[in-house]
Amino acid sequence: MTEPAAAHTAAHVRYVLRLGDTSLILGQRLGEWIGHGPALEEDLGLANLALDFIGQARLLLTYAGELEGRGRDEDALAFLREAPEYANLTLVEQPNGDFACTIVRQWLVDSWQLQLYQALAGSADARLAAIAEKALKETRYHYRFSSGWLVRLGDGTEESRRRTQQALEELWRFTGELFAPDAIDAQMHAAGIAPELAGLRPAWSEAIDADLRAAGLARPADPSYRWQGKQGVHTEELSHLLAEMQHLPRAYPGARW
Amino acid sequence: MGALPETQDLAAQRIWALLAEVPDPEIPVLSITDLGIVRHVRADASGALVVGLTPTYSGCPATEAIRAAVRDALDAHGFGAVRIEEVLSPAWSSAWLSARGRGRLREFGIAPPEAAVTSPRQLRPAPLPACPRCGSRDSERLSEFGSTPCKAHYRCNACREPFDYFKCI
Repeated sequence: MTEPAAAHTAAHVRYVLRLGDTSLILGQRLGEWIGHGPALEEDLGLANLALDFIGQARLLLTYAGELEGRGRDEDALAFLREAPEYANLTLVEQPNGDFACTIVRQWLVDSWQLQLYQALAGSADARLAAIAEKALKETRYHYRFSSGWLVRLGDGTEESRRRTQQALEELWRFTGELFAPDAIDAQMHAAGIAPELAGLRPAWSEAIDADLRAAGLARPADPSYRWQGKQGVHTEELSHLLAEMQHLPRAYPGARW
Repeated sequence: MGALPETQDLAAQRIWALLAEVPDPEIPVLSITDLGIVRHVRADASGALVVGLTPTYSGCPATEAIRAAVRDALDAHGFGAVRIEEVLSPAWSSAWLSARGRGRLREFGIAPPEAAVTSPRQLRPAPLPACPRCGSRDSERLSEFGSTPCKAHYRCNACREPFDYFKCI
């Protein structure tokens, strides 16, 4: 492979990994709710969301492994990488906290994915476009779930409003990363594979404001510090999550059901 | 399909008939052709037959079981050389459920999908499904999620029975 072609492939792999890792880590976090939901319906709802995210992660990680061409499959990528090799958004690795905290995190991610997958469905990369088209159908009902709960919690009791506003203040600092492009985003945009990331922000911001108004919640000030999860710089939370998620395949390499 | 030589055309017809007998592992009253997840049986560029399957939901655990069941059915009937491929686009829609499938769902106690709702906005009510037991449309949604990715949980206010609704996507 020529040098520019190799660099393009490396950026392409990295771009798909970022999407796949974000889905995988959020799916793992949501799975932690199973058996702990505030009501049976919400427990099932969160488990269903977890399943969708893990399914999307499988499609994306399988594709990243094929693009990379070094023989790594979805399992090798999920279970045999360390935290600095993970390229997920910092937001999704944050702990579940209470139900309000999980809902705020989910709503921030769902509203971001809604914009991103709509744009990616028109990608020049046919495989990525197909994955996005499929995922978009699921993202729509994820967003219905999370934004619906955001409104009910924000417009609910004094206690639910207080907790939801607190979760918003806590998690808002991770949103700077959602639409901040770096060299890989720019390269993928130039190749027609990815949308212009910053260009998706106004529509996202508008939807966020509309939901916050309906919920009676206040939008926090934009953060001055930008987290860099997709560049592999994570909070300590990710290592704890990976320790649990990767324990079995690392303790029993190659084990099968 | 029209471009297939006659013998392959016959083989493709036999494969469609075989696949019509493969049940969905989670809702066994439906076959995978009722579900609309068999997208094609056709010849690839080299002339070999290929079965195209599409997943209902990205994370549906039945996807792998279905693939294995299709493989077994093909192998058992002399179609060992037929390849199976995954088709992601166009994304599966509940509108692809066959008329026979819709009837069988209702008989099984699961309300078949109404018109698809694609709005991501919250609290926008979807049309209420008719109760599969008493037929009343006086139903209410308990949860948009159920025991499998493809089902939501409803309750009939007329006969008071809870029921599953096959979601629209």
